Amino acid sequence: MNIHFFKFASFLYLFGTLAYLAYIIFLKEALSKLALTVISVGFASHTLALLMRYVEAGHTPVTNLHESLSFFAWMIIGILLIANLKYKIKVLGSFLTPIALILMFFAFALPKEIFPLAPVLKSFWHPFHVIFAFLGNAIFTLTFCCGVMYLIQEHQLKSKKMGAITKRLPPLNLLDDLSYQSLKFGFPLLTLGIITGAVWAEYAWGRYWNWDPKETWSLITWLLYAALLHQRLTVGWRGRKAAIMAIVGFLASLFTFLGVNLILPGLHTYSNW
Amino acid sequence: MGLIVYGLGLKDLKTNDITYRQHRHLYPNPYTKTFIFSVQMELLVVGLNHKTAPIEIRERLSFPEDGIERALSRVKSFPSLKENMILSTCNRVEICAAARETEKAIHDLKEFFSQYHGISLKEFEKSLYYHVGEEAVRHIFRVASSLDSMVVGEPQILGQIKSAYNMAVESKTSGLILHRLLHRAFHVAKRVRTETKIGNSAVSVSFVAVELAKKIFGTLEKRSVLLIGAGEMSELAARHLVSGGIEKVLLTNRTYERAVELAQEFRGEPIPFEEMNQGLKKVDIVISATDSSQYLIEHDQVAKVMKDRKQKPIFFIDIADPRDIEPKVGNIENVYLYNIDDLQKVANENIQDREKEARKAEAIVQDEVVKFVNWYHSIEVTPTIIALREKFEAIRNRELGKILSLYPNLTEKEKQSLEAMTSAIINKILHGPLTLLKKTDEEAMADLYLDALRTLFQLSEKSLEETDMEREK
Repeated sequence: MNIHFFKFASFLYLFGTLAYLAYIIFLKEALSKLALTVISVGFASHTLALLMRYVEAGHTPVTNLHESLSFFAWMIIGILLIANLKYKIKVLGSFLTPIALILMFFAFALPKEIFPLAPVLKSFWHPFHVIFAFLGNAIFTLTFCCGVMYLIQEHQLKSKKMGAITKRLPPLNLLDDLSYQSLKFGFPLLTLGIITGAVWAEYAWGRYWNWDPKETWSLITWLLYAALLHQRLTVGWRGRKAAIMAIVGFLASLFTFLGVNLILPGLHTYSNW
Repeated sequence: MGLIVYGLGLKDLKTNDITYRQHRHLYPNPYTKTFIFSVQMELLVVGLNHKTAPIEIRERLSFPEDGIERALSRVKSFPSLKENMILSTCNRVEICAAARETEKAIHDLKEFFSQYHGISLKEFEKSLYYHVGEEAVRHIFRVASSLDSMVVGEPQILGQIKSAYNMAVESKTSGLILHRLLHRAFHVAKRVRTETKIGNSAVSVSFVAVELAKKIFGTLEKRSVLLIGAGEMSELAARHLVSGGIEKVLLTNRTYERAVELAQEFRGEPIPFEEMNQGLKKVDIVISATDSSQYLIEHDQVAKVMKDRKQKPIFFIDIADPRDIEPKVGNIENVYLYNIDDLQKVANENIQDREKEARKAEAIVQDEVVKFVNWYHSIEVTPTIIALREKFEAIRNRELGKILSLYPNLTEKEKQSLEAMTSAIINKILHGPLTLLKKTDEEAMADLYLDALRTLFQLSEKSLEETDMEREK
């Protein structure tokens, strides 16, 4: 049953993403409203799918790559909806929904069956670890989008072009502000994700820290974001430098999430998918 | 005494629509006991602007604000002119008048310009333009809607016309025709502003500056600007920023007194020129427009200021020629530097939009010109009718004034309703007699009616002249 809702959500995300892309091209208010509505309904359906899967499987559905990608996409859309409440940046959807859509596409292509839970994942701490880590990374996806938009917009303004692109992107200070806000929320969550992960590792493998590739890369990611937050708070880093750093941090976390699983084998690889 | 034929009147106001009789109202002249043809009033604009005259000539022919009242009453003293208004801004000087005799009036106005400013006519005659009748109406509507401005769409001109009109009202040099013309002009300007995007697309340099500021800072609320030096362009840009929501204006100038002067104009805060760096630390936007031959603001200086600002973004607008700000300043992070040419380039890219909007605006103007011309025809602008209307209008204003002073707590809406109601009463009362007059084919009958009107309402030429004289006092 959950698969139907998942498929329905994927379909709506596709439709909503197209509407958001049409919006950024034609700048028609109706398109952004349509996109937001479709995405919201998609999100509701996706939420139902996840809840059902939780009930059917008897554990939080974050145990294989299909589940993880789907869960991550769900969180990104959730963050988009929350950000939409506070910031009136309609083009945000045009940047965030394609990312969620790509994740959904892979989740769609991967085996969707519910597997029996590997013993190592049967832990009180495991769901917390995954939820915190994913939530942090979903928020950093927003930070990343702000960074990309900032760099484009800044380049436009510095090179004294004021055309179609400038018109479509939000003002610099708004992007910088949202970037900073999201960093302030994302960083503690990432930190919690790593801490709960360490606690879980202690239960599962008997050691808090094993220096396996996933752990090493998450530490690198954490250090990058920590440096960015530190520079923002103390030296007043902002704008371009902060945007570049947010992009680098996101690429690192993307590698931690996907690259490590696919390229570097280690303790975190539990299933082929 | 023979028959004196005054100007043919309303040449451009679709002459064929005007009935034969309108030109030939005969009425007894109380002085000569002979008959003269009645006069059709003609609208007229004589002046020069930024397109026809260089700044030197515009400056010499402009009227200082405190001299306008005197100038207005001097123009009024020409017998060829009935109503007049003087519009004098840095881009244009023109007199709008309702004339009794067009040819003579134009001649008189030219002479007036020359004598009043002590410049020989030869020096500026080529720069003058003349608009008569419908063209004059169109011209005034276009000027008020900022279609004739140097920076098309800039909003200042409407305020300038309003104050020119108010001065004419205070000096009692405006009458029925100019009242109506100007009120329509304000209406047209409003329509153009709300129905087209001529005012808000980034078509002018100062709008581009505002748009850019918004792309950097989001809203302009709680932002501040520093104005270095002074000039038409920079003040215009600053005004746009202020109307865009800028909270604080700092001003500096090599001569501190000038900064104080300008500060009053902008309700800003003057700072001494030596403390410019202090200003740079505080503000978000800097507009520089001095005639300094060297850079006033240099790379290293700004780099240092940026540290003190904790990298808060700053937007420099360099309007000066030669430049006030070293171009390298634009390479510093979080610094955005645009000079006048950059802004112009962006503005030009929007020119297509502007032309589309301008066409829409011209259509609105045309629409309103037609309406005005129709009204003009309907009132039959003969001295008798004007005198009659003005008399009624005076009574209305007097009585309205009494009521309004009795009930000072009336709301704007209530006041407007009273205005509208009293106007309607006059129009309804006059409607019957005026329609009858129009329909009367027989000349003798028309004359009889007109004569009766003049006698019954005591509208003799003499009393008209007297009221004119009273007004001048």
